[in-house]
Amino acid sequence: MEVPILKQGLYLIASIQAALSDVDLVHLRDALAEKVGKFRARGVIVDVTVLDVMDSFASRTLRDLAHMTRLRGAETVIVGIQPEVAFAMVQLGLTLEGVDTALDLEEGLAFLDKKTKRHTPRG
Amino acid sequence: MASKTVVPINTDTDVVAARQKGRELASELGFVSTDSTLLATAISELARNIVRYAKHGEILIAPVQSGDRVGITVVARDKGPGIANMSLAMQDGFSTSGGLGLGLPGVKRLMDEFHLVSDANNGTTVTIKKWKR
Repeated sequence: MEVPILKQGLYLIASIQAALSDVDLVHLRDALAEKVGKFRARGVIVDVTVLDVMDSFASRTLRDLAHMTRLRGAETVIVGIQPEVAFAMVQLGLTLEGVDTALDLEEGLAFLDKKTKRHTPRG
Repeated sequence: MASKTVVPINTDTDVVAARQKGRELASELGFVSTDSTLLATAISELARNIVRYAKHGEILIAPVQSGDRVGITVVARDKGPGIANMSLAMQDGFSTSGGLGLGLPGVKRLMDEFHLVSDANNGTTVTIKKWKR
């Protein structure tokens, strides 16, 4: 199941549509790291609203994704972690440390606007 | 009463199938949604350990009853290399204590009951239970 990646201005939006296997998650990570360069994106949003489980592998892969894109010059924000999923993650000790999160797509966009402001060239 | 399911675990897509089966049974038995999520997450961790360390195995998901309590038991079984150091495996991998990173302490926290049997000749069997609240 491939995750569609949309380009929206300076941002890339990956909207997960269904449960992902480990291989799908790794593909998403690598595709975003590559596309950040291809589209010269400054920000990445990964929408995980539909994920009903975030286990250790998913958490680690999303963390790696965020760190990889940052090394490529783009900020990543994970949006849409459901309350029950957050509860299970905390129980497992998966805190996504060093990764930015926001409530939903709208908040994610606002977050990136604020965060990438300093990159905006001065007129 | 709902019936038991055995999901063979060979690839990473089986991990997804196993946790979905667990969630199905949980909602069939009327588990609250939070507990269905905890169960599905625990199954995901156990199934992943099978794929990563033993390559092949199976996950049995079955309803259990004890008195007037209803619950779900999950047995994750493989014939892999076994866990050499059980106490190390039960240390939290995300802490600085140097656990094996199998996620087993986390799985134990998600569940009401947890039982681990492992040796080099017979592989590893993890049995977990979650009772309906």
